[in-house]
Amino acid sequence: MGYPHQPHPRETVVLSQYFGDAEARTYDGWVKRGGYTALQKALSMTPVEVQDVVKASGLRGRGGAGFPTGLKWSFMPKEKAKAHYLCCNADESEPGTFKDREIMRWTPHALIEGCAIAQHAIQAEVCYIYIRGEFTEPLEVMEQALAEAYQRGVLGSNALGSGKRIDQYIHRGAGAYICGEETALMNSIEGKRGNPRIKPPFPAAAGVFGLPTTINNVETLVAVPHVLVRGADWYKSLCLSNPKSTGTKLISVCGHVRKPGNYEITLGFPLKDLIYDLCGGVRPGRTLKACIPGGSSVPILNKEESETCILDYEGAVEKGTMLGSGGAIVFDDTADMVYQVMRLARFYAHESCAQCTQCREGTAWTVRIMERILAGEGTTKDLDLLLDLADQMTGKTICVLSDSCAAPVVSGIKKFRSEFEAYITGAKRPAVALV
Amino acid sequence: MADAELVTLTIEGAQVRVPKGTTILEAAKQAGVLIPHYCYHPGLPVAGVCRMCLVEVEKQPKLQIACATTVAEGQVVNVFSDQSKKARQSVLEFLLINHPLDCPICDQAGECELQDYVFQEGRARTRYADHAKRFNPVEDFGPDILYVANRCILCTRCVRFMEHAAEEEVLNVSERGDRAVIGIHPGKALDHPWSGNVVDLCPVGSLLSKDFLHKSRVWELDKSPSICTGCSQGCNVNLDTRNNVVLRVRPRANLEVNRYFICDHGREQYRWMNHGDRIEAPLLSDRGDLVAVDWDHALDRAVQIIKGCSGRGVALVSPGASNEALFLARDVLSDLAVTGAFRVQRVPGESPLKGVPDLALREERAPNVAGALLLGYREQFEAALQAAPDASIVLVLGDGLAGIPAGALSSVANLIYLGTVLPGAARGARLVLPTANVAEEDGTFVNRDRRVQRYFQAKAAPGMARPAWWVLGEIRRGLGKGESLGSADEAFELLARAESGFVGLSYAVLGLNGVEIATGRPAAVVPA
Repeated sequence: MGYPHQPHPRETVVLSQYFGDAEARTYDGWVKRGGYTALQKALSMTPVEVQDVVKASGLRGRGGAGFPTGLKWSFMPKEKAKAHYLCCNADESEPGTFKDREIMRWTPHALIEGCAIAQHAIQAEVCYIYIRGEFTEPLEVMEQALAEAYQRGVLGSNALGSGKRIDQYIHRGAGAYICGEETALMNSIEGKRGNPRIKPPFPAAAGVFGLPTTINNVETLVAVPHVLVRGADWYKSLCLSNPKSTGTKLISVCGHVRKPGNYEITLGFPLKDLIYDLCGGVRPGRTLKACIPGGSSVPILNKEESETCILDYEGAVEKGTMLGSGGAIVFDDTADMVYQVMRLARFYAHESCAQCTQCREGTAWTVRIMERILAGEGTTKDLDLLLDLADQMTGKTICVLSDSCAAPVVSGIKKFRSEFEAYITGAKRPAVALV
Repeated sequence: MADAELVTLTIEGAQVRVPKGTTILEAAKQAGVLIPHYCYHPGLPVAGVCRMCLVEVEKQPKLQIACATTVAEGQVVNVFSDQSKKARQSVLEFLLINHPLDCPICDQAGECELQDYVFQEGRARTRYADHAKRFNPVEDFGPDILYVANRCILCTRCVRFMEHAAEEEVLNVSERGDRAVIGIHPGKALDHPWSGNVVDLCPVGSLLSKDFLHKSRVWELDKSPSICTGCSQGCNVNLDTRNNVVLRVRPRANLEVNRYFICDHGREQYRWMNHGDRIEAPLLSDRGDLVAVDWDHALDRAVQIIKGCSGRGVALVSPGASNEALFLARDVLSDLAVTGAFRVQRVPGESPLKGVPDLALREERAPNVAGALLLGYREQFEAALQAAPDASIVLVLGDGLAGIPAGALSSVANLIYLGTVLPGAARGARLVLPTANVAEEDGTFVNRDRRVQRYFQAKAAPGMARPAWWVLGEIRRGLGKGESLGSADEAFELLARAESGFVGLSYAVLGLNGVEIATGRPAAVVPA
């Protein structure tokens, strides 16, 4: 099974069209494939016109929150009194999510173009592309593409001959998950510790360096050129279920499926078909047990929920979870859910920035209880304690890292309680080797 | 103050009107409600990290942090609702996971905000069982500061103080998650001239003063409002005493002078207040020896000496003496042509607290230079010293003779010395009158910004030493210039009636924060 895979007939290939096509990485190759026409078009429009097209397309943030992109742009001051900034969030660190990595690896110019259009729409002369520190190859590709874009006059003081200055800089992260949180990302760009900031002020009022800033995810930005070229109506028509969720979404599927990888689906696509059809289902002789549809931070779905979940913002919420960043982690019947939940909690405990008390102490405590249960030393009280801690870790902190730790714990206990109880009663042998 | 737009809101059932932009936490103070908090400090930028001040704001889906949420018209805030109490209880439980219960050996116990709030709203028992607490060794952060990482609750007040008030980045948060501790930048020490404030700011016993380490349980300390004697800035302080010994100096909030801070030099100014080398009885010259006598005898003699003098007199005073004493010293010599002089130690270079406007350790290392000037003394000490042998009387007030050669005043016919210790130059005095030091009397100083500020007695004076205002007041009575003075308050009233700069002032008007006066004309008195 090579990677990237041949597109499945049921995929809607828009963003991932050139995945695997090495020529698309170069400026010439990109232009040959229609690249930078969208930017040309955008530069001939006013910023508000660009915003309006994106608003009309229904494009929503692909980083996790699903906030309408055009609306977000419109929060920036109309009259530019001081410098505006765009930050491209390429700090893709969510366990189970690896779509931005592929976008940057194969279509770096798509991102540069998307950023440039967004910069024009929000009147930002400077864009920082914040790339996750571990992404060595995407960083190389992006740096090369950026140099080429400057060389060819796409960027710089006279972007595409428009007379406008469009500058882009790559900022490499240092490996902290929390730096993917937009305000932490801005602190990190400023050279400070990557701690999330309290809001308000919101970034559109006081963002990076205290100036008006918009932060967009990689996948959101690469969708923008398509919206501009093919039109808002076309983008809006990409919808299989709820009209509030439009366009395509890259879903990174990992875990117990036969063909893991990035799949581009039209929003509204059934999760069941993604798992069983596109990904070839679970391995022979196994059955589906659970799925985390939106990256590790969202509640776990059990088999029945997974098989009826619609992959769009509303469909996921209906099942009590979220579309998140679109990282689907699939578990078959061999998965030990207690261990999986512990492993997730351990990730969050490791990545907590240590600002908020509930998160700093709560994530670590959660891990210790989970480890205790796995070691066969848990008590039935522990489950109530875990739920109570999770309750206190939800909605009480600056950012949602603590909520993200609580979500799999709560849904894990709710949906797979018997597995927890098996460890507690001794029905299941303690898991000794904890990795 | 310009008319600020006011907002009306309800906090715990009480209606308050506060300026727009006020935080809920500050508004609650006005409603008489203290919302528990750790990371918030009025003198530092808001961090919003401890999550202790979570309160319920009606119509908001989530609990809000009172320190960072601003008031809105018609807002209804519930501080003690079940939901907010549970949230705070949970924060306390989380904080105690790794906090050692070593209160019996912790200097902070008794003034520890963690202890207080756990007692107030915490759980009776933790549910954090069967796991060891995190352990980190105690670290030496600087000349006077220890960091006990185990007790740290990561409120970051210290980090923010160094960054935003001292403007010297020395401290940081190192590591992540529950491994996080306060770190110190490599190769740096917490030796900024204002760094001692981090000890006061620390809500728990994590940052400790080596100077005060294990000296006292804080509930055994008496706190007396005072004014720092370290320089002419006039920072407001509290003198903490136990068993008649001053054990530490801590800042007392005054937004007009020092906000919430004092410098490390000021922090050290308590030591000399406890010195044992004091004059404990009035001393009278008897054939070259100084002999102890009682006050009646000594005061009679003082009156006699002054009555017998005519012509020129010299008053050598200390700029550390109170306004009351400085005024009375001139008053008792008012029948003579008096030259009043003082000298002040100057250390070049100020040490400012950069993040706070107009706050620094000043070059002039005395608290009442401005007061001495206002009361007619001049900084012409050498000239006055030269003129002393020709004067019919020399009155020395306060400890202004340190370092003066023993023989400098030997030819002075009538030397009356009022002070706390006896320097060589004063041994030839006809009369030595023991006075109280700043910790042992009530009085006022005028700081460099012409703010008249009160200080209060913190401990008893040794032996027969008396406040200088009392001693001079009694001499004044003996000279027939007025009645006995019953208190420093009365001495100040006398001063305020006589000195135009002080018109309209009284101890009641000065209060705890003092009043700024205008030069040479009656003050427009506005209670601070």
